[in-house]
Amino acid sequence: MHLLELKNLKKYYATQKAVDDISFSLEEGSIFGLLGPNGAGKTTLLRMITGIFYPDEGEIIFNGKKFEPLSDNLFIGYMPEERGLYKKMKIGEQALYLGQLKGLSYKDALEKTKYWFRRMEMETWWGKKVEDLSKGMSQKLQFVITVLHNPKLIILDEPFSGLDPVNANIIKDEIHQLARDGATVIFSTHRMEQVEEICNHIVLVNQGRKILDGTVANVKQQFKENLFSVQATNLPGTMFSEAFEVIKHNGSKLVVKIKNTSNSNEVLKYFIDNDIMIEAYNEILPSLNEIFIKLIEGTKNSRQFQKVA
Amino acid sequence: MSKIWLIISREYLTRVKNKTFILSTILTPLLFVGLITAVTFISVKNVDKENVAVIDRANILGGKLDNGKAVTFSFVPGVDSLNYKEKGYSAILYVPTDSSDTYRLVSKKQFGLIAEANVEDRINEAMENKMLKNKYNIDMQSLDSARKSAQKAKLDQAYYEGGEIKKGNSSLAYGIGYGSGFLIYITLFIYGSMVMRGVMEEKTNRIAEVVVSSVKPFQLMIGKIVGIGAVGLTQLLLWIVLIIGLSTAASAFLSPDTIQQAADASQQMPNASAGMASNTAKQFEGLKDTLGSANWLMIAGCFIFYFLFGYLFYASLFAAVGSSVNEDPQDAQALLLPITMPIIIAIVIMINAITNPSGSLATYSSMIPFFSPIVMMARIPFGVPGTVPYWQLLVSMSLLVLGFLGTTWISAKIYRTGILMYGKKATWKEMWKWAFRKY
Repeated sequence: MHLLELKNLKKYYATQKAVDDISFSLEEGSIFGLLGPNGAGKTTLLRMITGIFYPDEGEIIFNGKKFEPLSDNLFIGYMPEERGLYKKMKIGEQALYLGQLKGLSYKDALEKTKYWFRRMEMETWWGKKVEDLSKGMSQKLQFVITVLHNPKLIILDEPFSGLDPVNANIIKDEIHQLARDGATVIFSTHRMEQVEEICNHIVLVNQGRKILDGTVANVKQQFKENLFSVQATNLPGTMFSEAFEVIKHNGSKLVVKIKNTSNSNEVLKYFIDNDIMIEAYNEILPSLNEIFIKLIEGTKNSRQFQKVA
Repeated sequence: MSKIWLIISREYLTRVKNKTFILSTILTPLLFVGLITAVTFISVKNVDKENVAVIDRANILGGKLDNGKAVTFSFVPGVDSLNYKEKGYSAILYVPTDSSDTYRLVSKKQFGLIAEANVEDRINEAMENKMLKNKYNIDMQSLDSARKSAQKAKLDQAYYEGGEIKKGNSSLAYGIGYGSGFLIYITLFIYGSMVMRGVMEEKTNRIAEVVVSSVKPFQLMIGKIVGIGAVGLTQLLLWIVLIIGLSTAASAFLSPDTIQQAADASQQMPNASAGMASNTAKQFEGLKDTLGSANWLMIAGCFIFYFLFGYLFYASLFAAVGSSVNEDPQDAQALLLPITMPIIIAIVIMINAITNPSGSLATYSSMIPFFSPIVMMARIPFGVPGTVPYWQLLVSMSLLVLGFLGTTWISAKIYRTGILMYGKKATWKEMWKWAFRKY
C-alpha cells in the first residue's frame, strides 16, 4: 500500500519554480532517499509533505485519503536540516513538551522519552540544557524527538550532516529498525554512500523536476556501462577480443567493457582459452555518486533565478 | 485548543522559573522602598544633638530658649569659653549685651547645617515672641491658638459627578495618572521585546519548523504572546504586593515625625536626591490620608484592562517583527522603529495631556488604540465619569479591542511566512506582501 502519494505537485515562488510537477509514491515500510543538488527543491517538497507549505497545484494523498495537515501531522515526524531545539530548555522537558505537542499524553510522552533515552544511552542528559550538548549529541536528541510519537512517516532532512562515523552508524541502525517495525522513512541527503547503504528506493530531483525514480538496484542497472573488473595473475600486455574492450590495465587488475553484442561468458571464455588464471571477476556497477554527477552535469551548477510568468 | 494551552504553559513556566526573573521581581521593589527608607533614615539620624550653654549677661532672652530638634539650650552660670567642653557642652552661645543682633556661637567643631539652622530659628522665635509681648502685649499662648485656627482654611476641591459632589484631589490624580502611564509604557517595551526575542530565537534555532509541523503557526504565536503576558501580569502583581507590603513595613519603621524631620532637613540641604526621597516618603504618608478620595476600584479595573489590551495590541506587532528578522539583531532595531514610535509619542502626549485631561489633545488621543493605553490611563484618575465620560471610556476600550484583533490578524499572517523565510532581508514593504500572500 502506498503510504504517501504525490501527484503533480507544483510550488512556484516569484523568482523560481521550486517544485515543478513532481509525482512519486512511497511504499509503506520502505526507506526512501530524496536526492538532488542544492536548490533542487527538496526542502520545499518536504515542507509540503509536512503541511508547512501548501502546494500551488497537485495533490498529496496520505494513507489513502487527502492529506490533512492538522490531523495527519500526528502521524508524521519531521526533523529539519538544522538543529531545531530551544537552547536554554532542559532536554528531558523539551522532549516531553514536543511529544505532547504531537498529541501524546503526558504519561505516554514520559514513558516513551525514558525508553528512547535509555536506548540511545542518553539517560544522564535529562537535566542538561541543549546548549551544553555537542553537535552529535544534539543530533541524537533531535532524532529521538522526531520518532517519539511512533510516527508512520518519518521525514529527515540531512540527518547525517556533521556526524562522525560512529554516530552516523547509530542513526543508520535506528532507521533500519524503525523501518522493520513498520514505519516509512524518507530522508534527503547529499551523501550518496549512505543512500546506497540504507535506501531501497530513491528519487533524484533537479531544478524542481524529477529525473530519477526507482529502487537502488534498478537505477544502477539503468546506468550500468557494462564494465567488469578482472583480476588475474598473468595478464598479457595486450589483449584483443571481439567480446570486449580494455579500459584500464593495472598490473593484475583489469577493467573491461563488454560490447553490446557479447556477454560475460564470452569474455571468460577468452581468458580461459588464453590460459590466463582468473582470480576475481566482478561487475562494476556505477556508484550513485557517479550517476548523480552524470545526470546533474550539463545543468548549471547552482540554481538560477528566473521570472515566473 | 489544548495545544495552545501547552504552549502557553511552556512559555510561562520557562520564564517564571528563570533565576533572573525571580531576582528582578523581588529585588526591584526591595531596592525601591529600601532606598527611600534608607535615605530618609540617614538624613534624619545624621543629626547630632548639640548641647549649647547660653551666656545671657543682659538677660535679653529672659532665661528661656526653646530647644530645637538638634539643639538643647541650657542657661547655666559659670560656663565660659574655656571650660564649656569639660562641663559637657558642645558650644557656647553669647547673647549680645549691646544693641547689635549678632549672637556668637563658639563651638569645638563646626555645627551641622541643621543644628545651625535650629539655633538661628530658635533665637529668632524667642526674639519674635519677646517683641510681640513687649510691644503689643501678645503672649505666646494666644498667638499660637490664633495661628492654629487660621490654618483651618483648606482648599477642598470638589467637583460635580453625576449628582454627587465628590472630593477631588488633582495632585493625587496627577501622580496616579503619571505613574500608570509610565508603568504601561515600560511594560510595553519590556514584554514586547521579550515576545520579539522569543520569536527570533525560535526562528534562528529552527525550532519553529519543528513546532509548526505539530501546530499551526497562529497557535504558536498566540501561545507565546499569552504566556509572556501572563509573566508580565505575574510580575506586576508581585511588585504591587511587595511594594505595598514593604512600604507599610517601612512606614512603621519610620514614624511620621521622622519623615517630617527628613522633609525639613532636606529643605535646608542642597542635596536634591535626598530631598526627593524624603518628599516621596512624605507622599506615602499623605497617600494614606487621601486614599478614600480616589475611586480605586474603577482605576484598578481600567488599569488592568489597558495594561492587558495595550500589551496584546502591541505584542503581536513585536512578534511580526521578530519573525521577519534573520540573524542580525540590527535588522530588528530598524524594523522595530515604526512600532516603538507610537509608544513614545503616546508618552509625550500623556505628559502634556495630564496637565489638561479634558482637553481635545487628551480626549482624541485617548481613543486611538496606538495611544489609548497610556493616555487614557493618565486621564482616568481624574475622575470617571467626571473628566472622562462613560461613552468616551467605552469607545476607547472597544477601539482598543478591535485594534488588537486587527494587529493580531495581520501579524499572524506575517509571522506565518516570516518564521520560515531564511536569508531574505525583510522590509515593511516585504512584510506587507506576506500579509496578503496565499498559502
